[in-house]
Order: sequence, then C-alpha cells, then structure tokens
Amino acid sequence: MTRLDPQPGERLDRSTTVRFTFDGAPVEAFAGDTIASALYAGGRRIFSRSFKYHRPRGEMDWAGQGSGSLMQVDGAPGIRAASEVVREGMLVEHQNAWPSLDFDVMRMSDIAGGPFTPPGFYYKTFKWPRRAWPLYERALRGVAGLGTLPHRQDEREWRTEYRRRHCDVLVIGGGVAGLSAALAAARQGADVVVADDDVEPGGALLVEGGHERVRALAAEARAAGVEVLSKAPALGFYDGLVPVWQGDTLHQIRARRHVAATGAIEQPLVFKDNDLPGVMMAGGARRLAALWGVLPGTTAVVATTGDRGLDAALALHAVGVRVVAVADLRPDAASRELGAAVQAAGIRLLAGMTVVRALGRAGVRGAVLAAVDATGKATGPAEEVECDLLAVSAGTAPATSLLLQSGAKARYDAATSRFLADVPDGIVHAAGAVAGHEDAEAAAISGTVAGLDASVTLGLGGANAKRALTNERKRLEALPTAAPVAAPPAYARDGRRGGKAFVDLDEDITVKDIAYAVDEGYDSIELSKRYTTVTMGPSQGRHSQLASIRVLAAVTGRPLDDIGITTARPPWSTVPMGALAGRPFEPAKRSAIHERHRELGATVKWAGDWRRAYDYGDPEGEAQAVHQAAGLIDVSTLGKLVVRGPDAGAFLDRLYPNRVSTLKPGRIRYGVLTSETGRITDDGTIARIDDETFYVTTTSSGAGAVLNWFTWWLADWRMRVHITDVTQASAAVNLAGPRSREILGELADIDVSAEGMQYLDALPAVVAGISCLVLRIGFTGELGYEIHCPAPHAQDLWDGLMQAGAAQGIRPFGLEPQRILRLQKLHILVGQDTDSESTPYGAAMPWIVKLDKDEDFIGRWALARAAEHGAATALVGFSLPDGNVPAEGAAILDAGGAPIGQVTSARRSRQVGKVIGMGWVPVAQAEDGAVVTISYDGETYEATVQTSPFHDPEGALVRS
Amino acid sequence: VSFLLTCPHCGIREVTDFGFGGEVSSRPKAQPTQRELNTYAYFRRNVAGVQREWWVHRSGCGAWFLAERDTRTNEVMWTAIPEEAPAP
Repeated sequence: MTRLDPQPGERLDRSTTVRFTFDGAPVEAFAGDTIASALYAGGRRIFSRSFKYHRPRGEMDWAGQGSGSLMQVDGAPGIRAASEVVREGMLVEHQNAWPSLDFDVMRMSDIAGGPFTPPGFYYKTFKWPRRAWPLYERALRGVAGLGTLPHRQDEREWRTEYRRRHCDVLVIGGGVAGLSAALAAARQGADVVVADDDVEPGGALLVEGGHERVRALAAEARAAGVEVLSKAPALGFYDGLVPVWQGDTLHQIRARRHVAATGAIEQPLVFKDNDLPGVMMAGGARRLAALWGVLPGTTAVVATTGDRGLDAALALHAVGVRVVAVADLRPDAASRELGAAVQAAGIRLLAGMTVVRALGRAGVRGAVLAAVDATGKATGPAEEVECDLLAVSAGTAPATSLLLQSGAKARYDAATSRFLADVPDGIVHAAGAVAGHEDAEAAAISGTVAGLDASVTLGLGGANAKRALTNERKRLEALPTAAPVAAPPAYARDGRRGGKAFVDLDEDITVKDIAYAVDEGYDSIELSKRYTTVTMGPSQGRHSQLASIRVLAAVTGRPLDDIGITTARPPWSTVPMGALAGRPFEPAKRSAIHERHRELGATVKWAGDWRRAYDYGDPEGEAQAVHQAAGLIDVSTLGKLVVRGPDAGAFLDRLYPNRVSTLKPGRIRYGVLTSETGRITDDGTIARIDDETFYVTTTSSGAGAVLNWFTWWLADWRMRVHITDVTQASAAVNLAGPRSREILGELADIDVSAEGMQYLDALPAVVAGISCLVLRIGFTGELGYEIHCPAPHAQDLWDGLMQAGAAQGIRPFGLEPQRILRLQKLHILVGQDTDSESTPYGAAMPWIVKLDKDEDFIGRWALARAAEHGAATALVGFSLPDGNVPAEGAAILDAGGAPIGQVTSARRSRQVGKVIGMGWVPVAQAEDGAVVTISYDGETYEATVQTSPFHDPEGALVRS
Repeated sequence: VSFLLTCPHCGIREVTDFGFGGEVSSRPKAQPTQRELNTYAYFRRNVAGVQREWWVHRSGCGAWFLAERDTRTNEVMWTAIPEEAPAP
C-alpha cells in the first residue's frame, strides 16, 4: 500500500469505504478518492495506452486535464479517472488497449512502426483503392481510439437541463483570486456566481499549503451570498454569454461583468521518454499526496526551471518521498532561498542541470541528468540517477484561452518566456495567476481589486468601494516581484539514439513529428497544428501549446514571438456532445384525427413538422375511389389565418396580385403570394366570411412564413387589421368525389345542392352536429368540399363523414393519392413545382396577376416587367407511355443531349392510363404536342407536352 | 452571436428568442425605375455601425418591432413597436 497517514488538507473520508471494479477486479477506495487515486494507492501505475503508439501512460497532473487517465466508466468512454470521484459499484474499464493495459499488442506500432507513423500517415498510405477507405477507417478507429460508445441508443442518451442565469459578476475559477474577487464584489452588493471545475473551490492553494485559508474564504464567500458552482467548467466566452457545464445541467450565464481567474497551468519538460508512467508534473505529484494521501513514489528526482519545483521537492520530502536529486536549470539555484532550503533538507541540488532522458520500459526506473546548452544539447557528462518518480516543472503558462476569446490580445513575454493576455478595458477583468499574480498573496489582492473594480463600474459600493479599490491597487503594486524562472530549452537531449521526446502526449506528437511537418512545408504554428494535430487532443494544448511553439521555434530558427500562438476556440473544457446538442427529441405536429389514421393502417411519414398519413396502403386505389365514389382526406396541416378588420380587404389587396376586396361574402378566390421580386412564395384560398372577415389558407409548409409575412407588412403599414393564426386550433378535411354531395347532404343543415352551394362558395354550416365552415373547392379535380371545424371536434366530424359515406363507398385517402389527383389537374405545389425563380407568368398563371388593379401590391413592379419581357421557361404538363416514373429533378434534354429543363413532379395515373408529370421547359417547347426528352437513371424517354389538365380539362366536374 | 433584446411587449429576452428582419428600407412610393427597384429588392447598406432594423419575437408574442443596434458591438440602443419608434 502506498497510502500515507491522514494529510491535513486531504479530501478523503477514511471512515467510509467505497467499492468499485476495475476491469472486473474489485477495488476498495475511500470516499472522496478519484478512480485514479484509488488505483494508484493500490499499486497501479499504468492507466491508459497512448493514442497512436499504445505506449503505457500514467497521470501527469492529477487534475485529469490530459489524456493519461481516460477510461470507460459505466459504459461511457473518455472519462478522466483522475478527476472522476469514486461511486459505490461503478464499473471502470480500460480503453484503447488489447488484451490488457499491462500488455497491449498494438505497442508494436511504437517499437517497430517508426517509419510508418509520421503525421499525415493515414491519409498518405490508406489511399488506394479509394473505395476501401471505409474499411481502413474502421480498422484504424479500433487501434487509434478513445474508447467505444455504448451500442444501445438509450445508454448513449441523457437529459440535459438548461438553466439561464443572469448575474452582476461571473467569476471563472474558484482559486484564491477568484474567491477574493467574488467576496469583494458580493460585499458591495453584487449578485455573484463562481464557476470552478474542481470538486470544491480553492484552486492551487488546496495543495500548496493554504487549504485552511481558501476553504475559509470559500465559506465566507458563500455566506456573503455568492453562488459557487463546483465541477462546473466554463466552456467558452460568447459575447458575454458563458456556458458552464455541470453534470447534467448546462448553465447559460450572462453577467454584466466577468472576472477571469482561470489560473496558470504547470508545463512539462520535453526530453526523451518524457511520457513514461512515473513522470509527473511536480505540482501533480504534490496534489496526489496532499488531496488523496497517496505516496506518489518512493524515490524521486525533481527537474525544474524555477521555485515551483523546489517547493514541490520540499513538499514531497515532507510526506516521506526520498528525493535523491533536484535539477534546477537556473545556475544560481543554490544561492536562492528555496535552493538553500532544499539543501538544508539534505537533498542534492544540481544547479544548471536538467533531465535529458527518462529510463525504464513500463515505468520510470531512473533519470539521466546533464547540463545543457540553450538548445537543450547536453554539454557535460550525463549522470544516471535511479528513481521511480520523476517530477518535472517547466514553469507555468497562464490559462488565457477564455480571455483571448473575450477579445484580449496574446503577447509574448520574454522575461518569463511565455504568452500573456493583454485585457482591454471592458466587461472582463483578469485576476490571479492568469494575470501574472501567481504568489498566493498577490493573487488574493488582485482578486479583491478585480471584484472591487467590477463593482465600481457597475455603480455599486459608492465612495467606500472606490477608496478601497485605490488602496488595494497600491498594496498590489507594493508587493515584491516573483522569483525568476529559467526558460526551458525546446527539448533536452543527451545525443544518444532511442526513445521518443513527446511534445504532446494526448496526440502522441514528438519533436521529430514537428520537424517532419516543417520539412513538408508546414512551418507556421497554425499549419503545424492542423497537420500534426498537436494541441488538438483532450487537454486542448494545456500541456503542449507552449512546448509545441518552443519546438517549432527551435526547428525553424525563429524567435518565439514570431511563431505566435494559435487561436483559442471554444470549448475550453471537455463537454459531452449531448449537452450541447439539445434535448433528444424531435417535436412533431399531429392532426386531431391522427389516431384514426393509425387505426386505419395509414403509412405515417414526416411532412415538414407534421406526421401525416401518406396513404392507407393503396395510393392508386384510393385515388380511384375519389374518381368513382368519394374519398376523405385530412388536410388539417393547411395554414389557416383569420384576417379581420375594417381594412382587411385593402390589406389583402396589397399582398396578393389579384383582387381580394371585390370578393363577395360567402365566396372564395384562389390566391398566389409573391415576393417583391415577383417570385411565387405560397398559394392558397381566400374565403370572405363577412365584410370585415377573411379566412385565408396557406400551404402546409408555408404556414409559419406566411404568418410572418402578413404580420410584418401589417406592422409596417399599420392598417386596422387583426391577424389570428388558427392553424392548430382548426382542423380540416376534404370530402371529394362524385358522391360527396350526397354524403354531405345527409349530415349538413344547409342546402348543398348544385344551386344551393355553388363552386367557390364558402358557407357556415352544422355538419354532423359540429359547427363548420364549408368551402366548395376542388384541389383533387372532383366535386369536393373542404370542411373546417374546431380541432377538438375533428375526429367526430371524420367519423360522421366516414359513417355517412360507408354506403356510398367512401375511402380515406392520403397525401400520395392526393398528389396523383392534383397532378392530373396540373395544380401546382409551391416549392415542389416552383422554385425561387418562378413567377406566375412562368408557372402558367398569368391570369392571376391584375396589373390594372388600383391598389399597389407587393411584387407589382417586378411582375409588370415580367409581363413585358415574358418568361424564358414555362411550367407544363407531360405524359409518357405507361412505364418508368422519372424522378423529381430528372433532366429534360434538347436534341443534342444538353439539359434545357427539369422534371418537378411525376406519378403513374391509373385514371389517365399513363405516367404524367410537370416540368419546366423552354417556351418554344411549351406547346401541346411538343416532344421532349427526359433523361432518367441512364435512360432517355420521349415525353409529350400538354398544357391543359389531363383529367376533366374543362373543369366540368368541380363545377357540377 | 449572443446578446439580449427587449421585446416591447414581453421584456428582455435572449436574442435566440427572436427572428431578424434585416435593416429597415423604405418601399418606393410610386413606380420606381429599374435601378431603384433593383436597389430596393437586392441591395443592402450593410453598415458597420448603428442601424435601424426589424425584429420579430418569434418564440414569444410574435410582434414585429424596430430596433437600433450597433452592428459592430451588438449594443442595442432601443426597441419599439413602429407606432412608438423615434423618427428616423
């Protein structure tokens, strides 16, 4: 066991044991352990296999930021075991290794695969034959993987709650700076939220000896009313909106001021085999001991570029790790305060030296230390030191991504050899390590300054807050500057062959890979990133961005500030796709009669947002029933608007190219809507109910757009009109066929005889006991009645009509037979037979445009021009001898085989005895009897143009 | 894009609640020339700065209203139904 005695600031509840399984074997943990800390305490050192080479890997920072501890937990892949707290009974499995973590056959790619795995390898190698790529991809996915998704759909889904939170100040990062900022702002009366990614607020001080202080500070902040969100990483900065993911909740936080207290990230050193299990960040090793009471190693070597490593060496020594050597790159390390302390503790301090190679196969067995020149090449004799822990620290990089997303500019700071963010005046303040204040005291004061500054700019706290702000700023300026840090070489090396020096452990990118990419011409940081995928792995460059810039600078011989930094894009933290993708359902509209259609065996399909009955199993037979007896179709999906008011007629006159105000109450007119450029946007019927009331129907898919169009013009014109959308409140059925009059007559309280109710009459009536509006129109081409009623009564209306029609041979018919019927009549479907270029002239409806209308109307001027110039193409009908039905979109060809038009609709019609269709052809061919060639599925067919309807061309039936 | 917009009827909402109607352009009063018609139908000023534009509270009351917004910063100066909007 490597569990230490209870540590003063540890997160464990040692009185409670939690049991889980790892690869089937039972594991005992304490409450508060992470999966990785429990496994490490039990002796496991290898947690994962690397992405490409399947090298054994452990955890580097013990915060779960990298890929080192990715595991499959309860079926979910890619869980970071180093930050996932244990739960009783959880099933933990390794991923990306076969047959086991400790022996992975794909390790061969590391040992033997040297020349086969440079950047771009897959795409250069697995190209032939091209159609085999899916096979290659499947195989590659298996070996270069990030776990496997559960097979069952329900195991891949979960529910995400969305919470919108508005506050005065959002503090991102709950370390000492963030908590100080939150407390200062809350004391001035601000509504403050803190989002922190760890399981408790406190940040670096929890590990670095300040746990009592930060825990007290967190309690104080909570008492002052601050809302603290834990395990809640901020994902990005979107114009002031910050999404924060917390378990199954996505908080969308909008604050008036933001404090970025995102801290700094300790950086690894680059040397040969710097990825061996046992190589850790110095801060990571310290964290493992401090928070979970686990001994990180028995014998340690520490390699550092500054005080961080020395501090860590002392902390490791204090918990009982035998620290055998500390290599500090600074030549004057021994004369510094902490250097002296290290030596006083009896630890060998090697000033001016660093680690050039880690030794060992499945884990660290030793380290090779040497003095190096500025490029990292060993200059003196190398010394081998045995150890099982190699703690490294190349200084820190400020976590500036969110700041950069908010508009801050990245700037290279030569003094600290890293990139900082210059924050412009605005709604974002930076505090703590991200702003360069890494020391605990400086971080706390800078946090207070940020909190006060935010409050003052919001007008909170009055003169006292302003005075306090001035004082705190003075205190911050008076603090001593931090100890210098040596700039690490791009990569340290001993000149011997063998081993790999990793720049990016997540993506298995080595120094060699970056150099290889430069040789291929990818010598800018943005190109290098895309070609090698460096910084694109799970840590999002947290551990590799600075290292990759240093290596690129070294390989190209350019200075670091010339190389620059890649764009910081959201998401900054890992988030499941499901949390962003929204709720796992698709909203569907169903008509009030939907259940009846299902009982009748309807084929239900999507039609826009609607679930509609396409047919009842026999589309052609259903169409024939409409010709021979009667059919009933649910047309509740039609858009329905009530347009009412003294100006209603004048309003519609301005929207439709034909006359509406001349319509008499009780009559109906067909109408086409056009855009200002004269293009058809929708069509439908307009029924006048009384002087001031019109009942307007639209296409099913255009209902929302027409409502928007009407209300927009109404807002602009400010006429005395009210528009009520009754699309969902009203249902409608179309009773069609020669027997429909008899059927309706049995149920209606009005005279439906040919004289009593003529074609295009609109009459209120009680049908089957239900108040309805009956419109005598004929989309199907047969005698027909469109009956509208309140949706709650629609099923009764349907049932009444079906019962009354049973003796007459009534059949329900679906959308598909209706399409056959309307095609026989050459009735257009807007959006199917027309597109964004179609005018009423081209669509063979010149009669609908009344250019002599007194009222101005939308599209008038464009239509007047179209009338003068004529259309180049026209929409016509065509027929083919019974046979193949060309697909919608099939090309119409000229004699030379060049396309001159296209088919928009085609169906087989039993009534006509042919395949019929509609399509666009040049006006020269838009004549009855013209023969055109249709190309479809590799064959060509001769079709005969027809400009009049195929069925009942005179329209005698609809008027009968 | 993410900012807040005030519906004249419903109050402050996320911009995702609304539909955008584009910059306000005035419809020609009388028969336009071909050039005027093309300009009206196809051309937008697309200013970098404050512009008057149409919005609709799509996921709310459905009202169309006017707003003045800085297209560079998404700062919204005011929103109002057309009857109550300041003169342009």
